[in-house]
Amino acid sequence: MSGTTVRERFLARRSFIELDARERARALLDPGTFRELAGPFDRLKSPWLPLQGVVAQADDGVVIARGSIDGESAVVASIEGAYQGGSVGEVSGAKLAGALELALRDFELGRPVRPLLLLETGGVRLQEANLGLAAIAEVHAAIVALRRHVPVVAVVAGMVGCFGGMSLAAALCSRLIVTRQARLGMNGPEVIEQEAGLAELDAGDRALIWSLMGGEQRQATGFADVLAEDDAEAIGAEVRRAFAAAAPTPRSERVEALIARLAGIDGERPPEPAALRALWGETRQ
Amino acid sequence: MNADHGLPANGLRWLEALTGSAGLLESPPRTVRVADAPLGAEAARFIAIVPDPRNRFPRARAGEAGIDEALGVAREVRRTIAEDVRREPRPIIALVDVTSQAYGRREELLGIHLAGAAAVDAYASARLAGHPLIALLVGKAISGGFLTHGYQANRILALDSPEVLVHAMSKQAAARVTRRTVEELEQLGERVAPLAYDVRSYARLGLLHRLIGGVNAAAPGPRDLERVRAELIAAVADARAGSRDLSTRLASPAALACRAASIAVRRRLAEQWDAP
Repeated sequence: MSGTTVRERFLARRSFIELDARERARALLDPGTFRELAGPFDRLKSPWLPLQGVVAQADDGVVIARGSIDGESAVVASIEGAYQGGSVGEVSGAKLAGALELALRDFELGRPVRPLLLLETGGVRLQEANLGLAAIAEVHAAIVALRRHVPVVAVVAGMVGCFGGMSLAAALCSRLIVTRQARLGMNGPEVIEQEAGLAELDAGDRALIWSLMGGEQRQATGFADVLAEDDAEAIGAEVRRAFAAAAPTPRSERVEALIARLAGIDGERPPEPAALRALWGETRQ
Repeated sequence: MNADHGLPANGLRWLEALTGSAGLLESPPRTVRVADAPLGAEAARFIAIVPDPRNRFPRARAGEAGIDEALGVAREVRRTIAEDVRREPRPIIALVDVTSQAYGRREELLGIHLAGAAAVDAYASARLAGHPLIALLVGKAISGGFLTHGYQANRILALDSPEVLVHAMSKQAAARVTRRTVEELEQLGERVAPLAYDVRSYARLGLLHRLIGGVNAAAPGPRDLERVRAELIAAVADARAGSRDLSTRLASPAALACRAASIAVRRRLAEQWDAP
C-alpha cells in the first residue's frame, strides 16, 4: 500500500466550519481541558436586544474557554456566527475584551497564557451600536497590549467571515490563519452595495466577493499568514505551530512597508485581484 | 459641517484654531494634517483627518477614513513615538470629525482593514508608551472612522454640540441596513441609549471623560479656544496620573449605570478564570 488516497484523506477530515463556536473551542484545546467561563448558565444576556423585540441568547453568542494548548495554559474566545451574525454587542464584546484583559493580567503576574481568537462575525451589532463599537475598541486595545507578551493567534474559518471593526482585530493579531471559505474585510459586500451601489460591488456575485476578500486571496497578498484546509486537525496543528514559533513583527506595525507597497497603485484603476497577487505575493514570504 | 459641500470641516477648523497651522505634511496624503502647538507648559502634537475632493481613492473624497488616511495617521503617530523615545512622551491630540470608514471595492481589495489596524496599533502603542492620548470630538465620530482615529485615546472629550455625532454606522446607512426609517431610528435612540447619535446620549454611556458645553464647534472664538485648551491640559494631566489602559471607561458613574453588563461580564470572567 502506498498510503492513503486523496479521497480517503478527504473523508477522514472533520470539517471545522461545520462546528459551532463551543465545539470549535473544544476542538482546538488539548483533549479534556475545555472549561467554559461565563457560560449559558451564568445567563449574561444582552440588556438591549429585548428592548427591541429580539430574543437574547444566554451566552450572547461568544464562548470563552480556558484549557491548554500543547500543555500550556490557554484561553479561547470563540464567536458563534449563527447567532445574530456573530455580531459584537455589549455582553459579547465584554466577553472578548475581558478574556484578553485577564490574559494580560496573568502575564503581569508572571503567568503565561496562550490567547486564541476564533472570529466569525459581521462586526458591530447595530442594535447595540455605540456599546458594540466601544467594546471593539477595547478588544483592539487588549490585543495590542497582550501581543507584547505572547503571540495572539486568530482563526477565520467561515462561513460568516470577519468584518467591521473585528476585521481590524484580526489584522492586529500576531498570526492569522484562514481557510478558503473565509472572508476578511472591513465592509461586508452588502453594506458596500447599499452604500456605493451595484456598480461599485455586486454583493450577490460570490466569485467576485471571494476573489477580493476570500481566504486564499488574503493569504496570497500578505493579509493572512496561513491558508489551512477546513479540517479541525489541520487547523489545530497550525494553531500549535503559531504559538510555538517566535512571533514575527505584526503586520499592523509594518506601516512603512504597507505605505510603500501601496505607493504605485492607481486609486482609480487598481489591479485586478489576480494581478495584485503577482504584485504583492512576495512581500511577506 | 461645511454648508458648501456637506464635507466635515471641523477637524481642520480646530487644528488651525488650536495650532495656527493647517498642518500640511511634506509628503502625501493631504488628508492627514499634523501640527505642534503649546499646551500649557509643554508642546503637544495635534492630528486631524480632513476631506480632500481630489483624494486618489474616489470613495474617500468626502472626509472618510480611507486607506491613505489610516496609514498616514499610523506613520505620524509612530514618528511621534520615535521622536520621544528619550524624553517625556508628548501629548497627542486627535481632533475627530470623520464621516466613517471608506466603503468601496478598491478599499477591500487593497486591505482597508489592515490600514485601519495600523492606525489603531500606532495609537494604542503611543498610549502604552506613555503619550497622553486625547481624542477631542469636534464633529462626526462614526464607525471605522472613529476606531481608526480617536477610539484608542486615554481620555475622550467632546464638544456639546449638535454637530458632534457618535455611532457605529451613519444614520442613513443604519436605516437601510436595519430596514427602519431615519425617524424610527431617532425614536428608538430616545429609548435605547447606545442607539442614539447625539453626543449627550453618548455621554450617558460613560465612555466620555468630559462633555464641553457652551463652545461653538463650527466657529470657535478666543474664549472657546481658551476653554478647550484648559480642558485638554486637565485631561492630559489626568491621563498621566492614571493607567495606560482604557479602564477609566468602565469607572465613571455613567458607566456604572449604562455599562453595568460590561462590568458584570468582566467580574464573572475574573471569578471563574482560575480552575476551582
